[in-house]
Amino acid sequence: VEFKDYYATLGVDRKAEQADIKRAYRKLARKYHPDVSKEPDAEAHFKEVSEAYEALHDPEKRAAYDSIGQRPQGGQEFRPPPGWNSGFEFSGRDSGLGSEADFSDFFESLFGRRTGAGVGRGAARSQTGDDHHAKIVIELEDSYTGAQRTISLRVPVADALGHITFQERQLDVTIPRGVREGQHMRLAGQGGQSGGAAGDLYLEVAFNPHGRFRVDGRDVYVDLPITPWEAALGASIVVPTPEGDVQVKVAPGSTPGRKLRLKGRGLPSDPAGDMYVVIRVAMPPADTPEAKEAYAAMQSAFPGFNPRSTMEA
Amino acid sequence: MKMAQSNSLQVVVVEQQVRFTLIELCQACHAEQSQLVELVELGALEPEGAAPDEWRFGGPALRRARTALSLSRDLDINVAGAALVLDLMDQIAELKSKLLRAGMR
Repeated sequence: VEFKDYYATLGVDRKAEQADIKRAYRKLARKYHPDVSKEPDAEAHFKEVSEAYEALHDPEKRAAYDSIGQRPQGGQEFRPPPGWNSGFEFSGRDSGLGSEADFSDFFESLFGRRTGAGVGRGAARSQTGDDHHAKIVIELEDSYTGAQRTISLRVPVADALGHITFQERQLDVTIPRGVREGQHMRLAGQGGQSGGAAGDLYLEVAFNPHGRFRVDGRDVYVDLPITPWEAALGASIVVPTPEGDVQVKVAPGSTPGRKLRLKGRGLPSDPAGDMYVVIRVAMPPADTPEAKEAYAAMQSAFPGFNPRSTMEA
Repeated sequence: MKMAQSNSLQVVVVEQQVRFTLIELCQACHAEQSQLVELVELGALEPEGAAPDEWRFGGPALRRARTALSLSRDLDINVAGAALVLDLMDQIAELKSKLLRAGMR
């Protein structure tokens, strides 16, 4: 198990007062809260910060942590990894098991696996199992066509003694056509199984960032670089869309930033979204005598052209 | 009747196809009824229907409620503060969308 320096995580001294620890935590929690943060890996950071605070804000836990001393020298491991495993589909804060459900093995090796304090919360209120939440990342194209995806979830399960273990399970999911980023897919009866009826599973949809297309709700944007002469004279140009190439007419006299709307070529919906082709004009480099000559010829062809006319008093 | 089925899972898109009762939304958000009632009283959630047991929440309420609750829990702010954050987040989303339409990444 990798040693975790909780003081370093919170950026406080080992002798810090409890109040300092709380202040440091609050500040970092605001910075990295996944709902508001624009930091990369906000969720992972938030989890680390929460774990550090969980260990240090309680004087007893802090004393226990302090007693194991400093980070071991020379990359020594703290202890052999018991059941070290890969990524969690369920983040603890979303699992319905309370925010500590997936703290690190290091945390658990110190303070034990979580006992069932938070586990029964949902079940205690009703006979229905907890609803669970997870995230699913799909391709933009999946939303255009609909798709079948197999997803792996690591589900926290409490045994009779309230100890939590993780069970891997796979689900075959049909991605509905037209699903959008930030929307939730609900799978009835796939949540927590405690009590009588099972809870539901909610999958929050995110799109894998696309190198070419940008998505705004149901509308999709693509930049189309064209030459100055295509912009000036007009052209018929092949444009990629998530559904395949389409032929687009660029009108003579098109200016950069102009948007061409391809009606109904956005995400499927009722009505379907639109696709917008945004004109970008690329300047060819003047790196040969011929190219320089061509620019010089343009200069003499446009004696009255003054792009800065509006800047003059 | 909600039973786990091993084959072909029925998927619904919450934002488009689901309306929640108060109890269902509590279940989906792991919330106490009093917390959601407070969000309604603050205007952060706007269900249809007069009395709490007649309320019907549109699908987008799921995200709003979950976000407000997690902010309030994780950052130790009260529900009114979380509701304010929600409004600001809506504004940011609107601005981002404007930027995107204006052609910036």
